[in-house]
Amino acid sequence: MNSTVHALATVPRTAVKRSPDVLPGFGLSLGYTIVYLSLILFIPLAALGLKAIAGGWHGFEAVLTSPRVIASLKLTFGSAAIAAAVNAMFGFLTAWVLVRYRFPGRRLLDAVVDLPFALPTAVSGIALTAIFSPDGTLGRFLSSIGWPVAYAPSGVTIAMVFIGLPFVVRTLQPALEELASELTDAASSLGASPALVMWKVVLPLILPSLITGFSLALARGIGEYGSIVFISGNLPFKTEITSLLIITKLEEFDYHGAAVIAVVMLVASFLLLFGINLLQRRALRWQARSTGP
Amino acid sequence: MNAQPFHFNPVRIALLSLVLLFLLLFLAAPLCVVFGEAFAKGFGTYLAALTDPEARSAIWLTLMTASAVIPLNLVFGVAAAWCIAKFSFPGKPLLVSLIDLPFAISPVIAGLVFVLVFGRNGWLGPWLSDRDWHVIFAWPGIVLATTFVTLPFIARELIPYMQEQGRDEEEAARLMGANGWQILFRVTLPRAKLALLYGIVLCNARAMGEFGAVSVVSGHIRGKTDTLPLHVEVLYNDYDFSAAFAVASLLTLLALVTLGLKTWLERRGATAPRATR
Repeated sequence: MNSTVHALATVPRTAVKRSPDVLPGFGLSLGYTIVYLSLILFIPLAALGLKAIAGGWHGFEAVLTSPRVIASLKLTFGSAAIAAAVNAMFGFLTAWVLVRYRFPGRRLLDAVVDLPFALPTAVSGIALTAIFSPDGTLGRFLSSIGWPVAYAPSGVTIAMVFIGLPFVVRTLQPALEELASELTDAASSLGASPALVMWKVVLPLILPSLITGFSLALARGIGEYGSIVFISGNLPFKTEITSLLIITKLEEFDYHGAAVIAVVMLVASFLLLFGINLLQRRALRWQARSTGP
Repeated sequence: MNAQPFHFNPVRIALLSLVLLFLLLFLAAPLCVVFGEAFAKGFGTYLAALTDPEARSAIWLTLMTASAVIPLNLVFGVAAAWCIAKFSFPGKPLLVSLIDLPFAISPVIAGLVFVLVFGRNGWLGPWLSDRDWHVIFAWPGIVLATTFVTLPFIARELIPYMQEQGRDEEEAARLMGANGWQILFRVTLPRAKLALLYGIVLCNARAMGEFGAVSVVSGHIRGKTDTLPLHVEVLYNDYDFSAAFAVASLLTLLALVTLGLKTWLERRGATAPRATR
């Protein structure tokens, strides 16, 4: 019945060229959307850009060549990359187990994977610190084997792993659900070892989703603040992440410095995401080639 | 479903144990720590930490902030979903990705941009201080920064869901003589109520729990501009750990309720099929 109504509704539009749309409110809703985005996002972001370039190229260079800024950028991007890689691996395993296996408590586990999304970052921050600090159960053990986590660069990575996990699991789950077990079964029955099935059948099919999950976890790690500042100890040059350095600059009323660092961080994450997007397209092409006729 | 029934297979058991161990460390342990530490000094201390005047003011500020942010992003989400899901126009993919922009921006930068506009040395700073209006280090700044961070939540749930539903019923209502608002309130929104609720639940959780963006604009005036997450930080930095974890346990309960609602809504079909997301 709906389709009849639809057909009737579209008849006049094809008969009269460029007649107005049947549904009202396009101009109003689009206008409101654009004005709202401008007020909340674009104008404030423009203020950031203008502040950053206010000091000219020399001002820009002076902020960026400071060793403290370089150290924080290295720490932030490096830790985020490691954390995203750890998440790509454990996120894949988690998604695989959740999709392929049936065991008691699976649905609860499935729901709890989103905890890092739902838990306020300050809470995750103090909870992770309590676990990994030298006073905590696990922290005492880890520092006794010579691997201090809290108040060390590893702490930054641990917090980023926590915060990025759901991104990988949630992007991989639908891809794994679509992957019919007939494919893996067929490969196994033709004599392929489990490792070969993983490498030649599963991985090519899920690679684009894996890359998406990796990049989402990476972006989240780069921008993360709340869950890191408690566990990292915030030592300049050692465990100070870029987001924290922006706040430090603000507290010193160095608005220009804060804006420059923020712009560099934004541009770097956009370039990174753009590059990963290109990589994903190549992966999709590769997938089309290897699964095509 | 291509899942296989549970049976004993060494590889399976090993994989499952590895995953469970990892999730135990990263998901269960933080939860246990929060409640364990919160009650470490007994129920009396716990209750005292929550009924303290500063804690009560933080709870109130958090509720006030969420109740301003959600309507703002709700109206935006409905407007954006109406034009994106029901019409086609040039630049639509760009608009959709611009809505997701806050996800790629550090919350600290979300706070910073408002300091640069409304702060003492910002664009509107002198004009505001002439009128004795406070945005930064006050509630409006907290609302703005939180709105920036939570802007995509409702829109990005509503858009794919309404796209999936198409526009046949709206067109039918139009032909029967309904005006735009009638269509919106009697046809479109009731049809999309699950996705709407889903978006609100996610938006609320983030709005009440936001830390980075709010911490830049709030100024940390105790008992005045500290939201719940900031109050947790203040108590923690004062080495008042049991009080910090007591307040944190409130936020953890919020997270658990959010997860419960989210799962319940997902089972009732609140999300558009995953392929379109």
